[in-house]
Amino acid sequence: MSENKNGRYGPYGGRYSGETLMHALHELEKAYREAQSDPAFTGEYARFLREYAGRPSLLYYAERMSRDLGVTVYLKREDLNHTGAHKINNVLGQALLAMRMGKKRLIAETGAGQHGVATATAAAYFGLECDVFMGKEDMIRQSLNVYRMELLGATVHEVTDGTATLKDATSEALREWSRRVEDTFYVIGSVVGPHPYPEIVRDFQRVIGDEIRAEMLEKHGRLPTALIACVGGGSNAMGTFYPFIGDPYVRLIAAEAGGEGIESGRHAATVAAGTIGVFHGMKSLFLQNDEGQITPVYSISAGMDYPGIGPEHAYLHDIGRAEYFSITDDEAVEAFEYLSRTEGIIPAIESAHAVALLKKMRSEFCRDDAVVVTLSGRGDKDVEAIGRYRGRIH
Amino acid sequence: MQTENIIDITFRRLRAKGKKAFIPFVTAGDPNIRATERIVKEMIRNGADLIEIGVPYSDPSMDGPVIMRADRRALQSGTRMRDIFDMTERLSAGFPDTPFLLLLYYNSVFVYGIERFFSSAKKAGISGLIIPDLPPEERSEVQPTADAHGIYLISMVTPTSTERMSGICKEAKGFLYCVTSLGVTGVRKSYATSFREYFGALDSVSDIPKCAGFGISDPEQKRQLEQYCDGTIVGSAIERRIEEGIGKNVNEEQIAISVGKLVQEFTGGNKA
Repeated sequence: MSENKNGRYGPYGGRYSGETLMHALHELEKAYREAQSDPAFTGEYARFLREYAGRPSLLYYAERMSRDLGVTVYLKREDLNHTGAHKINNVLGQALLAMRMGKKRLIAETGAGQHGVATATAAAYFGLECDVFMGKEDMIRQSLNVYRMELLGATVHEVTDGTATLKDATSEALREWSRRVEDTFYVIGSVVGPHPYPEIVRDFQRVIGDEIRAEMLEKHGRLPTALIACVGGGSNAMGTFYPFIGDPYVRLIAAEAGGEGIESGRHAATVAAGTIGVFHGMKSLFLQNDEGQITPVYSISAGMDYPGIGPEHAYLHDIGRAEYFSITDDEAVEAFEYLSRTEGIIPAIESAHAVALLKKMRSEFCRDDAVVVTLSGRGDKDVEAIGRYRGRIH
Repeated sequence: MQTENIIDITFRRLRAKGKKAFIPFVTAGDPNIRATERIVKEMIRNGADLIEIGVPYSDPSMDGPVIMRADRRALQSGTRMRDIFDMTERLSAGFPDTPFLLLLYYNSVFVYGIERFFSSAKKAGISGLIIPDLPPEERSEVQPTADAHGIYLISMVTPTSTERMSGICKEAKGFLYCVTSLGVTGVRKSYATSFREYFGALDSVSDIPKCAGFGISDPEQKRQLEQYCDGTIVGSAIERRIEEGIGKNVNEEQIAISVGKLVQEFTGGNKA
């Protein structure tokens, strides 16, 4: 589709990695290509999604929300997956790949902790060693997830460099991979990093969009008017969008982290304010200065607090196939509360950005338009932080 | 007709004398750009054969803690690309026989603008660039511009390069940067790699000069490595010395002299 064999999406993507990791990246690509065409692998992956992750996830007709907003709303319930988010889809695929490659140890970066929890879960299940790298700031914001990872047998390493958030955790995971590349599999959590990662993660997340297509045809009789998902690195959005790229009448809409507003300078809105650069192994859009120094980013959501975006998103934006809008912290928190009260569903603060974007764009749709919002995860992890934001928990 | 790159001239001269190259590394702007200029002069006076200048980066994902802290200090002191080019231009004018190399992340080149970067580097008298995150697979977007300006892109090999080695050696110009261990930059007490096997494999595919880097902390390690290769690169040990000076609050002059002494311990003070 939009990629070629060197992992290029238009000008974006590529494999800008140190020589120490190049062999491993080629080895991973080769193993992945073989696995993709091996029915034993794809069959086992499908079985794990079904029997362990609990897929297919529900496509839920949100009747009260539809009535309130004057548009037909479906929610893709990734929050109902085992471990509470879409992250498990990708992790199960990569863990099976790690087993197939004979690796003994999984490492991962994590922001909100959902990818770390999913990786720790897979490591526990498959009996692999597991080390997770997490920024100190995020360990404070998501302390419950730190304990969940430890409970699952993983070691969580605190990263204090830079802004002590997802980008620094990713840098540290890359360093650790180059220290122990021989027995270690790096489970990247989003559609980012050097080729073949953006492609692998997208392929393991496309189950979201594939299910939406089948469920919409079954429940609604036609494809949706629009799909809305939140985007940090962009894995749940890419998984949601990918199977619909060839359907020009389906709008693909993503919500990025507007933090305290673009003009405040405190945000993580890469598409709105980023420029082309090379970081973490990929060419894509980044928040950086005129000499390529990465600028500090901010979002209430630890999972979207990243200064870049996956290369395929940058490309979909360039060619006008997908649309990207930023949602502020305030708008996301308001949507977090709205969905809780309207549908009795507490979404992850990341997913609340997608809900907020639908509310903001409601005038662009009419009653008969069906819009699918991907709820990437559940909000239990965020309840305390939102309570504090609202001054209800001290 | 381009003049010969002085990296080639330097290695030819060293080989003729049966000497090994010593290549110290320093982060530009740590603790400030004036200090770096003084430090580099001391390095050359104390026997450095080539100079590797690190361009500080906000997120050095391939470096260990010592270089990470050096980069942070350098950026805090306000170091910009322009300052680094200006400093190198003065240094290369003062030491026309010493090759100056920049070590930097690819984003520093790419965002600056590839053509603009290479013409500035040429004007500053820079002979080569070491860009660790620009592997052979991605070089084609830079190579023609580098060639047009007569600036070498220094190739790197690592113990994991295995079947990639001969391809990398074929493309290499100037010298081959041989990473001696896995992981990131930083001093190490011991190595897991068998140097005999590693350099033996490299020698069998190419006779380009080979310099060892990553983790060389003292003159004894340097001597051990020199049995197998044509030169050594020392970075973190120097940055650690600079950091000690900053910690003791001594002035720039004293830091430069202290680094000069460290370089002398490695070289014995003889410039080839």
